Amino acid sequence: MRPLKSLGRSFDKYWYGWAMAAPVVIVMLVLVGYPFVWGLYLSTTNADESNIGHDIGVNHIPPSYKSVGLHNYWDILSGNDGHFYSTLTWTLIWTFVNVFFHITIGLGLAVLLNRKIRFRGGYRLMLILPWAVPGFVAAFAWRLLYNDNGVFNSVLKYFGMHGVQWLAQPTSAKIAVIAVNVWLGVPFMMVSFLGGLQTIPKELYEAAEMDGASAWQRFRMVTLPGLRPVMMTVTLLGVIWTFNKFDVIFLLTGGGPAGSTDILVTHAYQIAFANIRQYAEAASYGVVILSMLLVFATVYRRSQAKLEVQA
Amino acid sequence: MSAATESVKPTESVKPTEPAKSAERGRSDRARGGVRTASRTKRSPLASIAIHATLIAASFIAVFPIAWVALTSLKTGNGQWAHPGDFSHLNFGNYTQVLENTDFLTWFRNSLIISLGTMVLGVFIAATCGYAVSRMRFPGFRATMWLLLVVQMFPVAVLIVPLYNIMSKLHLVNSFAGLILVYCTTAVPYCAWMLKGYFDTIPIDIDEAGKVDGLSPFGTFWRLVLPLARPGLAVVAFYSFLTAWAEVAFANTFMQSTDKYTLAVGLRTFVSQYTDQWGLMTAASVLIAIPAGVMFLLVQRNLVAGLTSGSAKG
Repeated sequence: MRPLKSLGRSFDKYWYGWAMAAPVVIVMLVLVGYPFVWGLYLSTTNADESNIGHDIGVNHIPPSYKSVGLHNYWDILSGNDGHFYSTLTWTLIWTFVNVFFHITIGLGLAVLLNRKIRFRGGYRLMLILPWAVPGFVAAFAWRLLYNDNGVFNSVLKYFGMHGVQWLAQPTSAKIAVIAVNVWLGVPFMMVSFLGGLQTIPKELYEAAEMDGASAWQRFRMVTLPGLRPVMMTVTLLGVIWTFNKFDVIFLLTGGGPAGSTDILVTHAYQIAFANIRQYAEAASYGVVILSMLLVFATVYRRSQAKLEVQA
Repeated sequence: MSAATESVKPTESVKPTEPAKSAERGRSDRARGGVRTASRTKRSPLASIAIHATLIAASFIAVFPIAWVALTSLKTGNGQWAHPGDFSHLNFGNYTQVLENTDFLTWFRNSLIISLGTMVLGVFIAATCGYAVSRMRFPGFRATMWLLLVVQMFPVAVLIVPLYNIMSKLHLVNSFAGLILVYCTTAVPYCAWMLKGYFDTIPIDIDEAGKVDGLSPFGTFWRLVLPLARPGLAVVAFYSFLTAWAEVAFANTFMQSTDKYTLAVGLRTFVSQYTDQWGLMTAASVLIAIPAGVMFLLVQRNLVAGLTSGSAKG
């Protein structure tokens, strides 16, 4: 964050900054900004599959949906649609539990791997491996494991217990999707923390040791504060990504059984693409999701900035 | 973990016989790249065992599902997968069937084109943008940073309908270019964000030297800064390749003819076509995981360095 004063002053240099940032900004505005504005508009209408307007052969059927004001939002937020609050609760649990395990396990493994230890390279390679597995492949792999005749049940039966229909009951299905997502997400956190650990000056640990700090005290007083910038970024990104994590739930359970594992995003997708396509309602869900994340990101960054000032 | 940490002994307890051994260990550490390590203390054997046990258990959990799929893919015959303990008939039958009797190779090629396209275009525009926000304090710089963060919050599933409309107006539905563009919107914000952090760690003197030598800002970026940012670029390349390689929702909606399907879409037709044929599914899964694994092996040495600065300074 060092401002380059000599470069930043004159106006013809701004031109370069703009030109270099422009491709990204333009692509984002066209492919994210415009769809968003359109979605915002759709969310105030009653657009669905029957009235959205489409082409049949050469004939163009014009759209015939009309404005309904804030009706869709009222429908969602008042709980009239019957899904919002139960889905929201599960989405919050899903996000919190996932991010919690991602961070604690990732941090724990990073601390262990940061030590001088035999086979460190080998361990690291194996532990990062899930990161290289595409989400949909992971979903199939785990469905194989969770299958009624899969490994988990075979092991249970071997020990004389009953098999579990993992993905067919709400509670076990919830545990199952979380387990898969934790498995997928830990490597990223671990590598981020490993990077963060290597930026902490060794001298701090030596000084702390001189002062007689125990290992736990060194972890709390040196490691954790040293990791604060990394922690802040990965927590923020982790929450955003997990909140919107689509493929794991969609491919593993499809939101089932009976919608019990649907998070807001997969639920919105079901509204938009299952049975009668309710585009307007799905768009409203999208706006609600985005607003919640924006509020979270703003509050979170403010609170972190305050901490930064105090420290 | 905390038990292992607490039983670390201070340096004084090193026995007289130790120096030779620890010198040797120091050498081998340097040979492995001399990664800086927090503690120079000598561990008790018990702590070592605890650490190794934890790491072995964690590695097992990380590798097991992958290894299991690979193993199951070698089992041919109907319902053979349902006997997890039976390894009597292992052969490559599933693989030959996937490769010869399905459109797998077409989908594979499509996925490769799209992923590599996303990678090249994504890394290039993410790098220029990341460099701009790292070095140039132009008006609108804060807005750009904020945009990069906010774009990541957009629920992909909800953008699909409007995006589909735009794409069909631009005649980009069912085309590689369209999907590459869409994937860039997912990959680029995070990549730019991360590369900005990486560029921040490259000394500003380099840019000034370039300027003195008469290079344009873009020339400085292209000739001096990019080569230095290789670890960061490698991570970003890996990330954008994987984003495209693994994406499901957009590919499902945008690619409409079988010859344009990506693996993620193709594999789904596979499921309905061969219900319960886990042998084929697993064989395909292994083949799909291979390019991602290769990418990963190519960049894994850079992962730590590349991600560090990105998250540390983000």
